[in-house]
Amino acid sequence: MSALTMNLTATASEENSFDSAPEQTVVEDTVGFPLVDDPKIRARNASVFYGDKQAIFNIDLDIGKHEVIAMIGPSGCGKSTFLRTINRMNDTVDGCRVSGEFLLEEDNIYGSKMDVVELRARVGMVFQKPNPFPKSIFDNVAYGPKIHGLAGSRVELDEIVENSLKRAGLWAEVKDRLQQPGTGLSGGQQQRLCIARAISISPEVILMDEPCSALDPIATARIEELIAELAENYTIVIVTHSMQQAARVSHRTAYFHLGKLVEVNETEKVFTTPEHKLTEAYITGRFG
Amino acid sequence: MQTSNLIIALLVMSALAYFFGYQRSRGFARQLGGVSNLHSLPTYYGMRVALWCGLPSVLLLFVCLAFEETIISKMLLSGIPDEIRPTSIAEYNLLMNKIENLASGALSSEGVKPALLDAAAALGYLRDMSQRLLTGLAMLVAGGGGFWGWWRMSAQLRARQQVEKIFKGFLLLCASLAIFTTLGILLSVIFESVRFFQQVPISEFLFGLEWSPQTAIRPDQVGGSGSFGAVPLFLGTMLISFIAMTVAVPAGLMSAIYLAEYAGSKVRSFVKPALEILAGVPTVVYGYFAALTVAPLIRDTGTSMGLSVTSESALAAGLVMGIMIIPFISSLADDVINAVPQTMRDGSLALGATHSETIKQVIIPAALPGIVGGVLLAVSRAIGETMIVVMAAGLAANLTVNPLDTVTTVTVQIVTLLVGDQEFDSAKTLSAFALGLMLFLVTLGLNYIALRVVKKYREQYE
Ligand SMILES: Nc1ncnc2c1ncn2[C@@H]1O[C@H](COP(=O)(O)OP(=O)(O)O)[C@@H](O)[C@H]1O
Ligand SMILES: [Mg+2]
Repeated sequence: MSALTMNLTATASEENSFDSAPEQTVVEDTVGFPLVDDPKIRARNASVFYGDKQAIFNIDLDIGKHEVIAMIGPSGCGKSTFLRTINRMNDTVDGCRVSGEFLLEEDNIYGSKMDVVELRARVGMVFQKPNPFPKSIFDNVAYGPKIHGLAGSRVELDEIVENSLKRAGLWAEVKDRLQQPGTGLSGGQQQRLCIARAISISPEVILMDEPCSALDPIATARIEELIAELAENYTIVIVTHSMQQAARVSHRTAYFHLGKLVEVNETEKVFTTPEHKLTEAYITGRFG
Repeated sequence: MQTSNLIIALLVMSALAYFFGYQRSRGFARQLGGVSNLHSLPTYYGMRVALWCGLPSVLLLFVCLAFEETIISKMLLSGIPDEIRPTSIAEYNLLMNKIENLASGALSSEGVKPALLDAAAALGYLRDMSQRLLTGLAMLVAGGGGFWGWWRMSAQLRARQQVEKIFKGFLLLCASLAIFTTLGILLSVIFESVRFFQQVPISEFLFGLEWSPQTAIRPDQVGGSGSFGAVPLFLGTMLISFIAMTVAVPAGLMSAIYLAEYAGSKVRSFVKPALEILAGVPTVVYGYFAALTVAPLIRDTGTSMGLSVTSESALAAGLVMGIMIIPFISSLADDVINAVPQTMRDGSLALGATHSETIKQVIIPAALPGIVGGVLLAVSRAIGETMIVVMAAGLAANLTVNPLDTVTTVTVQIVTLLVGDQEFDSAKTLSAFALGLMLFLVTLGLNYIALRVVKKYREQYE
């Protein structure tokens, strides 16, 4: 009983210590380098609302070509929400409203000329929990190409599937069991299958929402290697809870706090000499 | 004491036992300095003593009541002289009835054999005796049990665990009640069916193409010799079930897809209860809807198109039965579609698939085992459905697959065979049990497969 009370006071006083450093606890503008030249994705004044509740507040952020950018921040700070604005997955959520300007190169993501189907073919996504379809390994990867009519013949389809699995580093493990269900693979293999599925339609950008949080360390290391390889051909936006992971795979890191973008900097700088007090508090584990 | 009074008395004794047990544990607690020093709360001690008092005595009461009649009849029978001693079960029942009526005064004793009068007197005496004996015994057991439970109490006694165990046993008993009832029904049906198959060869029943169960009641009567080929009935059942499923499966599935995937929460909150209300309409209402509205409509339409349609057609019964089953299928399918994880939808949508592509290629295949399970359950409902077919399908056992013809079903025949005065050992009546057995086996098999399929589907996402 008494231990609990102590704990509570401790948290309270920690919050107070934040209040006593007012210059940098209120997020005015993003510090660091949120903007780049000739970006792949450009977000300006981006806000997202769930009903009346605002989840993202006026964010400006550019994501460079063939860049890996990591998004970190405490749970519920809006990382997933921001990520899902890029491929308009928020459209599927009842009552979700997005405002601001979003460009994929020259194309307005929320413009009337943009077809969601085409957008999602250009911006692929890998989810937190591996979600292979209850189909064979082959059909899982062939699903996207079939829908978009990317393969003119069975041979071409076989090629696409093989290439995607190879690039996802899964080919050697599954080439003899392509007709077996994808759900029968291990968690790490399933996640690589989902990555193969995402790259099967040759997207330009891959969004990854905590892709390793359901995996063991070995499978995680495997995926991180893969991200480094994929970065040669794709722009990758990765949300992660692991700061080591962000440090290992990304070029720049963006720190979110309560729906606001606090700091964007070179990954090394964020983890060694963060500019913002809140970033520092987060990476030193003062809250999370 | 009357049995009902006796039960009340036992309950009162148990309540007293509870009170004493409770008080005694309080006493212990006072000595030890508080309830927290007892192993269990005082209520558990009270309950334990009450159970010691009530449970054995009530059990004893039920066992004795179950055997009372048999023992009394045996004793009566031993006093009956040889010349009127019954030789068959029917005679025995008759005799016992007579004695019973004499004893209760419903039959005047004039001109009755003295042996029977003696038996009637003995009956009254024996009943009286047994009643007293039982009262004494039950009270004794209740008192003794209660005292034993009270006597054996101590502060360390694990009363809470003991009460828990008995409670668990009681729940188990309730749960097994349904199972034993089903088993009982099955056994009785099997028993009667065996009697039927002694009179009619099983091969004729299973493969015979003609069904006309009229048998001569008296040996000299001119009448049908009866033929018991069940094929037309099963064919009729299948025809109507098939028509019903061709209506119910697409309509039910589509409405489930609409509800689960497209309908907004407002529409859903209105349509779902509406469908459930549809499922609650008594089948007899569907029955007269089929017989009085749909059947004439089909007949008139058919006639105007130059087809010959009977006024009791398989089509009418099947269509209405299908409508009846729609909510059943749609609610089951709705559940399994909703059980498909959202991540599955997201995965497909994120690949640029449209909503309907996602439904067709991911959601339906993922939900298919569950949907198949639901459809199989619906089929077994269609097969067992009685009221609609009784009212709308007709009685003629035609061997046909023409939906415009009159057919009859297994359930309809069971009803007609057992309605009205029947002789309970004629092949005609017994055939109803054989039909019932077949129906039971078919639906049992279907349900078993369906549940297996549904279960397998559930495991997939766990
Ligand atoms: N579907 C939704 N409906 C309403 N609120 C939501 C929904 N999804 C997320 N939110 C809210 O938006 C905020 C940001 O959530 P999210 O983007 O999932 O955070 P993160 O991914 O950083 O943990 C949270 O406060 C969360 O409660
Ligand atoms: Mg998230």
